[in-house]
Amino acid sequence: MIVETGHFALALALALALMQVILPFWGARAHDGRLMATARPLALTQFALVALAYAALTYAHVVSDFSLVNVVENSHSTKPMLYKISGVWGNHEGSMMLWALILTLSGAAMALFSRAIPPRLLADATSVQGLLSVAFLLFILLTSDPFVRLDTLPIEGNDLNPILQDPGLAIHPPLLYIGYVGFSIVFSLAAGALIGGRTDAAFARFIRPWTLAAWIFLTLGIAMGSYWAYYTLGWGGFWFWDPVENASLLPWLAGTALLHSAAVMEKRDSLKIWTIFLAILTFSLSLLGTFLVRSGVLTSVHAFASDPQRGLFILGILVLFIGGALFLFMLRAPTLTSGGLFAPISREGFLVVNNLLLTASCAAVFIGTLYPLALEAWNGSKITVGAPFFNLTFGPLFAPILILAPLGQLLAWKRGDLFAAAQRLFAVAVLGLVAMLGFYAFQGGPAVAVIGAGVAVYLMVAAFAEIWSRVFPQGFRRRANAFGRLTGLPLSAWGGALAHAGLGVTLLGLAATGWGVEKIATIHPNESFAVGPYALQATSVDSGEGPNYREAIVHMAISRDGKILAKIDPSKRFFKTRQMATSQAGIVTLNLGQVYVAVAEQNADGSFDARMYWKPLVSLIWLGALVMALGGSLSLADRRLRVGVARRAKLPAGVQAAE
Amino acid sequence: MTRKQKRLALIGSALGVLALAVGLILFALRDNVVFFYGPTEMVEKHVGQGTRLRIGGLVKTGTLTHLEGKSVKFQVTDGKADVPVSYTGLLPDLFKEGQGVVAEGALDSAGVFKADSILAKHDERYMPREVADALKKQGVWKEGETAPAGAPK
Repeated sequence: MIVETGHFALALALALALMQVILPFWGARAHDGRLMATARPLALTQFALVALAYAALTYAHVVSDFSLVNVVENSHSTKPMLYKISGVWGNHEGSMMLWALILTLSGAAMALFSRAIPPRLLADATSVQGLLSVAFLLFILLTSDPFVRLDTLPIEGNDLNPILQDPGLAIHPPLLYIGYVGFSIVFSLAAGALIGGRTDAAFARFIRPWTLAAWIFLTLGIAMGSYWAYYTLGWGGFWFWDPVENASLLPWLAGTALLHSAAVMEKRDSLKIWTIFLAILTFSLSLLGTFLVRSGVLTSVHAFASDPQRGLFILGILVLFIGGALFLFMLRAPTLTSGGLFAPISREGFLVVNNLLLTASCAAVFIGTLYPLALEAWNGSKITVGAPFFNLTFGPLFAPILILAPLGQLLAWKRGDLFAAAQRLFAVAVLGLVAMLGFYAFQGGPAVAVIGAGVAVYLMVAAFAEIWSRVFPQGFRRRANAFGRLTGLPLSAWGGALAHAGLGVTLLGLAATGWGVEKIATIHPNESFAVGPYALQATSVDSGEGPNYREAIVHMAISRDGKILAKIDPSKRFFKTRQMATSQAGIVTLNLGQVYVAVAEQNADGSFDARMYWKPLVSLIWLGALVMALGGSLSLADRRLRVGVARRAKLPAGVQAAE
Repeated sequence: MTRKQKRLALIGSALGVLALAVGLILFALRDNVVFFYGPTEMVEKHVGQGTRLRIGGLVKTGTLTHLEGKSVKFQVTDGKADVPVSYTGLLPDLFKEGQGVVAEGALDSAGVFKADSILAKHDERYMPREVADALKKQGVWKEGETAPAGAPK
């Protein structure tokens, strides 16, 4: 009964979404405040219904209701509770449900926290958001229904793919999806603005919190996914330039560009058309990511062609929304008043350069990701575009950003003094060079690592140069009232500085991979290996039994200069239901670096083949993402920039604010 | 700066970045793309030694031999042609005789494919998609079958 209620709620949500497309839109045309005001209750009720449907599906997974195809295929009665819950989104149908849940959540959030947005714009944006809901709810109900029942009940389920039974993967998709789908609000607002045909600097203010929030989650989601790949796949790699990973990087790059161009639009009433274009592009790339991952086109171009229903449906959604938005853009963009031009040497000038480089690196990733698919569809040849391509294209296009970002922060709006800014950064640049020399002297190693680490030090310190120059505008010697200025700094200044510093932290972690040590060996009990500065010794071999697997464990002690620092237990798990083995890497963090050991199946003589790594500073890669997200959160918390401050008086007469 | 100069600066930098991006992408696509071949294709195309590529097929049953250290030798087959492969390192979890495999590397002067990585990735059928396609092409595995003969489900 609960399952049928969920199914029905989903269908009802579709009906409400249809109403949400029509009523507010009509209201905006007819200048009818009551019709426009339907947006809020419709969006909220729709979210409640989808949440109900989602809860029903979760319930079926939790109680192992094997009358549902979805549960049978992806669950098992002995599976731990955490994975029964996360298993809901560990499969195609369930993950689309999560998509729809977050999409309607975004719609509800937009309807709730939008008092500052002019009602007509909000009405148009809500109806675009409604159209997105219609498309995805239809997709679920017609092609990916998770509520399909079975006639004959099996006694046991097929279990979830063991690789997915992991706490990291339990949390990764929700984070990523909130990021992906959060940009739908920005998309809807941009489309709404285009439909209404009016944009001003206030638009940048409306989209700012949503862009930031989605960006924060996307950053965390990408970092989480990368860390998951790092410790589950057992290869010690954290980024493979795999299409699935690139699919999440694309909207991140476009979203980062959007954050920066929106700042120009807000402060200088310029780059309006470009900002709206980026708002459309960012969510379009999110949609493209969904298409790549969910249509099966990556598994095989041929599989996509032979089982086209789902793929074609998503492709249709993709074409409808991207094409529609771009068509609207083409129609309306010329009528938008373009802002003034500005001097190249100014903060906005540097933000333009930032945008150019970010979109160019985004384009490089885009082509590297889609070219193999296009080529295979074209003439059947199969190629792999791997790390060398991306290092050669993405690298040079992204690298200037690392150097220029602190410089741009130091320039004033309108007209900046490049010489003064460079002078302020001179000391930091010298520090970076000294760091390079230091790294070279103590670590040696590849030039890329040394240079990268030096640039990272520069970026981390220089990120705070703007704060320094605002606290000590006349130099450190004349520091009266410095404390007052420090505490008076807006949170957004700290946010920007932290986000840039976080990029530096990640870069340092990436550069340090050049100093890593890898050792492949056969481990016999009590044998000891030197890996980097540490000695690894296998103390004993053990076997264990989990709820739905059995495992062989190697206990290892890590010591330095004869002192035991930590113990790790890399293991090999064997999942019976799926007849599949996974490696559980043994990982311990020492001084921000990690010792990483993955073992293969036990040999006949009781020994294990193992991969052992020492990865100095590797944890900084993900800690940097956390710092970036923290910076974003500080910016988001800045009172001055919240929506809802001022702008109320601008509401057109006779129209009530959608309270 | 006049309005015209500002506009020129903007357009100029945009074109500059665009040209750089296009140049890099074209250059990288020419030299950094790795082709995938099945054993039959590899024999037909007379791949020269030293060219980096990926080959995929099934690990021929009875050909896997462990050499000294962590080295192994085996043959990759699609039922029509076989390619000898050598590899030093740890084999992925799912590497078995009769199992699908993708190896990246290059042919050496003796005609042995020296792999520097053996792909551990696999889809739900435990069959890399390139391998499945290569096997289908040779008629070893027809669409609709769950797995080719000899390969574990």
